[in-house]
Amino acid sequence: MADNVAKFEHDDASVVVVVGTGAGGGVLANELAQRGIKVVALEAGGRYLPEDYINDEWDSFAQLSWGDMRTTSGDWRIARDFANLPAWIVKAVGGTSIHWAGASLRFQEHEFRALSTYGRVDGANLLDWPITLSDLEPYYDLAEKKLGVTRTNDWPGLPGNNNYLVLEKGAKAAGYSKVSTGRMAINSVDNDDRMACQQTGFCFQGCKWGAKWSAAYTDIPRGEATGNLEVRDHCHATRIEHDADGKVTGVRYIDKDGTEQLQRARIVAVAGNSIESPRLLLASASERYPDGLANSSGQVGRNYMRHTTGSVYAIFERPVRMWRGTTMAGIVQDEAHHDPSRGFVGGYELETLSLGVPFMAAFMDPGGWGREFTSALDSYENMAGMWIVGEDLPQETNRITLNPGEKDRFGLPVANVHYDDHPNDIAMRNHAYAAGERIYRAAGATRVLPTPPYPSTHNLGTNRMSENPRDGVVNKWGQSHDIPNLFVSDGSVFTTSAAENPTLTIVALAIRQAEHIAAEMEKGTL
Amino acid sequence: MTVAHNSPSGSNVRGLTRRGLLARAMAAGATFVVGSGFVAARDAAWAVETTTLKPATMATLIQMARDIYPHDRIADRYYAIAVKGYDTAEKAQMVEEGITGLNLVAKAQGFDDYLSAGWEKDRVTMLRMIEHTPFFQTVRAGLVTGLYNQKEIWPVFGYEGESFSHGGYIERGFNDIDWL
Repeated sequence: MADNVAKFEHDDASVVVVVGTGAGGGVLANELAQRGIKVVALEAGGRYLPEDYINDEWDSFAQLSWGDMRTTSGDWRIARDFANLPAWIVKAVGGTSIHWAGASLRFQEHEFRALSTYGRVDGANLLDWPITLSDLEPYYDLAEKKLGVTRTNDWPGLPGNNNYLVLEKGAKAAGYSKVSTGRMAINSVDNDDRMACQQTGFCFQGCKWGAKWSAAYTDIPRGEATGNLEVRDHCHATRIEHDADGKVTGVRYIDKDGTEQLQRARIVAVAGNSIESPRLLLASASERYPDGLANSSGQVGRNYMRHTTGSVYAIFERPVRMWRGTTMAGIVQDEAHHDPSRGFVGGYELETLSLGVPFMAAFMDPGGWGREFTSALDSYENMAGMWIVGEDLPQETNRITLNPGEKDRFGLPVANVHYDDHPNDIAMRNHAYAAGERIYRAAGATRVLPTPPYPSTHNLGTNRMSENPRDGVVNKWGQSHDIPNLFVSDGSVFTTSAAENPTLTIVALAIRQAEHIAAEMEKGTL
Repeated sequence: MTVAHNSPSGSNVRGLTRRGLLARAMAAGATFVVGSGFVAARDAAWAVETTTLKPATMATLIQMARDIYPHDRIADRYYAIAVKGYDTAEKAQMVEEGITGLNLVAKAQGFDDYLSAGWEKDRVTMLRMIEHTPFFQTVRAGLVTGLYNQKEIWPVFGYEGESFSHGGYIERGFNDIDWL
């Protein structure tokens, strides 16, 4: 932590309060602080830096994960396999930017126009984004510079590890051509006071070298160093307050001592991830806003997306040792385009992934047992693995609601996460399983394991952006349609999910939002 | 409850002599020596002392654990470690009832009890008949971490675990695949 860290009074109504410090909130807080704006960032979790991260899957999970009670419903397999763990995300200063794999892909042009491109799809609540790729391109440029994304700005790609080499061999043999070690926010050379990747593995457990970008050790301390940012860790936001005019005035939270506090605010930006952000807005219901804040459209909490995912692991005659090196070490992008002749709209990426033995046992076939299960694990050393990440469709009924039947440790209703797979999601997943199998068979696999989705790491869409206030929660700046000094600054603003890993877009939107907020404050309109 | 590790040549496990254990093993004719408050390996390499569960129950539970996640290159003591947490006053009733139920299923299948079925496929048939019970699901779910999170067994799978202290794999074979 910097020496001159700011300390603001609870009744200082001139500050911007940012709830959450991940890729959205952490970047927004720093970008505002760099522009001279005073910020209090509330973070429910604790502070962990590279020296604290643990090269051990369960120990790290206990250290970093958002483990507070949640409930699930719907026909997705998560509701059966991980009923109280719908999402695998982080509760810490820096948020899930500690855990993310680092894949940094720009959305494709047509993905900002999902409704126009795909047309109406039964059961889906498709909508075009209120922004286009060209609107976001300058901010993608800034985000790629900030994150040090390989294969941009003359930074070389990362070298491929064993898991990548198997993928590359199989993908090319199967006829794919867009195969590479991808664009990663992992240093391939020393950059930005962070060293190059040492191929350690354990990317999901926090990079102990700091080679992977995380807000925890970049944007957060840099924001603090300006003297304009105060990060309060172990502070859990419980309610956003508003005045008689309907504008928000501050955030109630429980501090690290368990005491309720109220931080007054000029502007509130919510960035608690697509589960906690709508939960907070819904929990802030009042006489004036009986359905929750920013919810005149009724869309708060709806259109929850988590990407069409799944994994394909395969066993080979000889060792692969997939855990060595970068976890997400390579990508096949030939299926990322939109081609409805495949039987679904949208596209998907295939990205290498590996799990250690403890997580492989937990996630390979949750609930599975017996020789079919253990004979696969017995060949763990000979396994390669890839992850599917594809565009899932927004559905109004896939949503975050408050579950009055389950309370958290503060006595507040927990979030229920409801998700039903859309037929389009199922068709895409099956197509991707077949593609993954074809790739690995082409590289000589003796056995292929189509592995079900893990608890969601990409949580999107529950406060979506829309041109028309009727269709969504926030406008193209992430500003709520209903309340001008209430913003949303995380992946929950995504109008649709696109096929790409979301972090780069979250960061680009946060930079753009900070610029907008600063300009409006300068003009006196905020 | 404790789990004691001894060298295979050790002569004393928790106060039991090697000879005594072996004698009981012969008498029991089972995978495990079941003494008074003990479950031990036939070679006396290790022993589990039970405080609440009946030793026969613990022995059955250990076999059940192996049958759920059978790895022929993983020794019984790791399965014993994985289930030792059930030997508490709080959990004993659930386990005793669960194992009693499993032994009833075994009788219905024509065996004296679960441990008397010599072939894994016969025992797995019994487990399939109880796999939807809370008892089975509790034991299975507990094994996912109780067994696979034991670092001592990771080498069996080739898994190398922590790598930061070794400087990662950049100089240690991250791209050493030679058969592609």
